Amino acid sequence: MPTSEKKKYKVIGTRPIRHDGRDKVTGRAKYGADIKLTGMLYAAMLRSPHAHAKIKSIATEKAEALSGVRAVVTFKDLDEQGNRIVNLGEGAVNMRHLTANILAREKVLYKGHAVAAVAADSIHIAEEAVGLIEVVYEPLPPVLDVRNAMKDDSPILNDDVHTESPGSDPKKNGSNPSNIAKHFHFEKGDLDKGFAEADVVVEREFETAMVHQGYIEPHNATALWHEDGKITIWMSTQGPFSVRQQTAELLRVPISDVKVVPMEIGGGFGGKISVYLSPVAALLSKKSGRPIRLVMKRAAVFEATGPTPGSYMRLKLGATKAGTITAAEAWIAFEAGAYPGSPVGAGCMCVFSCYDIPNGRVDGFDVCVNKPRTNAYRAPGSTQVAFAVETVIDEICESIGLEPADFRLQNAAKEGTRRVDGPIFPRIGMCETVEAIKNCDHYKAPLEGRFCGRGIASGFWFNAGMRSSVSATVNSDGSVSLVEGSTDIGGSRTSIAMQLAETLGITAESVTPTVVDTDSVGYTDVTGGSRVTFSTGIAAIEAAKDIQRQMVERAALIWDVDTAKVEYRDGAILGPGDKRLLFHELAAKMLSSGGAIVGRGISAEATQGGAFGTHCVDVEVDPDTGKVQVLRYTIAQDAGTAIHPSYVEGQMQGGVVQGIGWALNEEYWYDELGAMRNATYLDYRIPTCYDVPMINTIIVEVPDPQHPYGVRGVGEVPICPPPAAIANAIYQAIGVRMCQLPMSPPRVLAQILNGKEDGGKGKR
Amino acid sequence: MAHVFLPSALQSLIGSQDVVETSGGNVREVIADLESRFPGIRDRLCEGDDLRPSMAVTVDGGVSSLGMLQRVNAESEIHFLPAIGGG
Repeated sequence: MPTSEKKKYKVIGTRPIRHDGRDKVTGRAKYGADIKLTGMLYAAMLRSPHAHAKIKSIATEKAEALSGVRAVVTFKDLDEQGNRIVNLGEGAVNMRHLTANILAREKVLYKGHAVAAVAADSIHIAEEAVGLIEVVYEPLPPVLDVRNAMKDDSPILNDDVHTESPGSDPKKNGSNPSNIAKHFHFEKGDLDKGFAEADVVVEREFETAMVHQGYIEPHNATALWHEDGKITIWMSTQGPFSVRQQTAELLRVPISDVKVVPMEIGGGFGGKISVYLSPVAALLSKKSGRPIRLVMKRAAVFEATGPTPGSYMRLKLGATKAGTITAAEAWIAFEAGAYPGSPVGAGCMCVFSCYDIPNGRVDGFDVCVNKPRTNAYRAPGSTQVAFAVETVIDEICESIGLEPADFRLQNAAKEGTRRVDGPIFPRIGMCETVEAIKNCDHYKAPLEGRFCGRGIASGFWFNAGMRSSVSATVNSDGSVSLVEGSTDIGGSRTSIAMQLAETLGITAESVTPTVVDTDSVGYTDVTGGSRVTFSTGIAAIEAAKDIQRQMVERAALIWDVDTAKVEYRDGAILGPGDKRLLFHELAAKMLSSGGAIVGRGISAEATQGGAFGTHCVDVEVDPDTGKVQVLRYTIAQDAGTAIHPSYVEGQMQGGVVQGIGWALNEEYWYDELGAMRNATYLDYRIPTCYDVPMINTIIVEVPDPQHPYGVRGVGEVPICPPPAAIANAIYQAIGVRMCQLPMSPPRVLAQILNGKEDGGKGKR
Repeated sequence: MAHVFLPSALQSLIGSQDVVETSGGNVREVIADLESRFPGIRDRLCEGDDLRPSMAVTVDGGVSSLGMLQRVNAESEIHFLPAIGGG
C-alpha cells in the first residue's frame, strides 16, 4: 500500500520467480551437510554434563587408542588468546571468551559446553570415542536467574569480567569480578519533572524467557587444512567473511590462508554469525591430514549455540489525561549467558524509540548466567523491550480512555524526534504504520466472542548499512552474471539482481546471481541487521552504473564519437544522429570492442533510517486451560520501497510467526542444576501451521532517502510487536495482564485464577 | 560548530554535561579537539587509531562504517554509542 508518491519502476515491485527456487524445490541445492570429500572423516564432540564446574583434568588416551580414531582435540590445541577485543564487522567479541566457548578451558559454564572433539572413520566410532574421554569436574553452584546473578554474594562465572560502561575508564571499573559485565545508561530531559506532570503513571515488572532462533538446519562445518597451510571451510553461515576472520584469529593464521565457502543456509535469524565448529573441524583436519565434517545434533544446537536472552525488566510510564507521554523509565537486565555480550545495549536504545519521549531514563545490564552464550536473534533485544513498553502503553490507554491506535499516533516518533539515547530520527514511517492498521478492515471489524480480544502493538529496529561488494560480468548474449558475498537467507539473490536489472534497464531473469566464497568477491559484512537488500543492493546499483559507464565508452568507440555525446538510458546506449544500441546488441559487440565488461560496486557509507511496524491481533482464550488461539493477524510495516513484494511479505509473516512462538510457547526449561529439559523440537514448541492463521500483510512504503530506490530493511522488525500485541489481546479477552513470556497455558491459567482474586485487573 | 554527545560515563570529563561544541572536519579531528580540551577522553573512546570495538559513532543520525574517517560539518550532531549487532 503506497503511502507516498510512488516512483514508476519496471523491475522493482514485480514478483519474478526466485533464481534459486528450482534447486531448492527439487532438492538440488547444496547445504553444509551435503558436502562429501574424498577421505573425509566424521567428528563428534564431548559436551559438559554440568552447568558450572571447574575442569580438573581431561584424559584422551583411551579415545585416541580406539581403532578408527584419527584425531582428538581439546582446549590445549587452541592458543590462549588473551583479553583482546576484536571487531567482527557486526559487533565486537572478546577473543578469550570466544576461544573458551569453542573448547572449554579452566571451567565449563553451561550444560552442553564443548570440552573435546574426536575425528574418526565413521560418526559411530567418533561418538564411541567421545564416551572414552575422561574428564574430572569439580561441580560449582549454577547461577540461572539474572537477578540472582547480580547479587553481591552470587557465584562468579568469569574472574576476568568487571562491570564497565561505554566510555568508562578501565582502571576504574569495579575492582572485584562481577557477573554484571556492562551497565548502559541513557537519559533525556528531566525525569522527575516529567512524572510530576503526568495524570496517570503505570509501573510494571516483566520477564521473558530465553528463546532459540529455531532454524531447521543445525550448525555444520566441513574443513580441510591443506598441505600448503591453506584452510578451506564449507559451512552454513550468515557471514563467510566473519567466519574467515574469527577462524583465522582463533587459529592464529593469516586471513588469506582461510577460504570460507558459504553453502545454502537452512535458517539463521542471527544465530549463524558466531563460530562454534569451524575452528574445531580445522584443527582436527590439521591433526589427521584429512577433511573433517562436523554437524551438531539438535540438542547441542539448543544447549550450546546462541539463543536470545531471557530478561527481567521494570518499566514506568507517565501520561496526561489528554494522552501525551510525559516521562518514561526502564530498568532492563538481560541474561548474557556464559560470557558477556547480550543485546541489552540495543534493547536500551530501542525501548522507547517508537515514541517522542520528552523525559526518559534507561538503565541496562548485561549479566552472565550459566546458560549458553547468547547471540543475535532478529532485532536483538527489541522484542523483549517492546513486550514491556507496549503492554504498559495499553494500560495507559485504558486508564485515560483513549484508543490505542490514537494514543500511538499522538505520541509517535517522526522525522526530527530525538530518541532517549540521543540521535535524531531522519524520515521514518512509524505514523504511517499505525494509520495503516487503524484504517485496515481487521481493525475496523467487530470482534465477537466471550473470551475473545484484540490487541495492537508497535515495534522498532535500527536496520544496519555496513559494507558490501558486488561484481557483475556482462555476457555476450546480453545476460549478466552477478557475484555477491551476502549469503541468501530470505530471497536476497533475487532482490539484489532486481536492483541491478532496474538500473541497467534489463529483466530480472537476464541476471544470474551467485553467492560465492571469500576468495571470489570483495569484503562483505554479514547477512544480518536487515542490511542486505539495502546495502548489497547499493553495491549492485553501483556495479550497474559501472557497466553503464563502460558501455558508453564502448559505444563511443564503435561509433567513433566523443564519449560525452553518448548516454545510457532505459537499457539502451544512445548516440548522436539517432544512433542506438540495445543492451544485448552492445553485449554482442563487447569482445571485439575491448574485451569483457565487468562492473564493480561497493557500499560502505550509507546508513539506514530505521524500520517500524504496527500489528493487530485477535485471540481467543480458553478459560479452562489457559490456551490462547490466534484467530486473526494483520501486520503493517514500512518497507521503504518493496523490491520484491513477495519476499517482503514473507519476511513480515515469518517474523510474526516467530513472535507468536515467543509469545505463547517458546522457552528454555531449566532444572535447578542448570540442565535444559526440553532440548528437542518435541518439547521446545515452535509454532506450526496449526497454531497460526494467515498473516495478513500491509506493506507501507515511506522511501528511505539514503537508498537510491528508497529501500528499508524488512527482516527484523516484524518479530518485535507480536508478544505485546497478543498480551494486550489477552487482556481484552479475559481481563488479566500478562507480564511474563511465554504466555503458555499454565501461566495464563494461573493468571486467570489470580485475576479472579484481585478483581480481574491484575496488579496496578 | 558541531555538537558532540557523549556517553554518561564520559560526561564527568566535560563538566557533567552530555553535549559539547567542537570543531573538526572528521571524527578523528573532533576527538583530537576534545582531547586538547578534556585530556584523557581519547583513550576512553579509542584504541590505537580506531574507535574502541565496543563503540560506534553516529553522525547526523546514522551509524557510520567509516568511524574515525567519517566527515562532519559545522551543523553535524555526533553521538558515541554502544556498537550493536542485528540478526
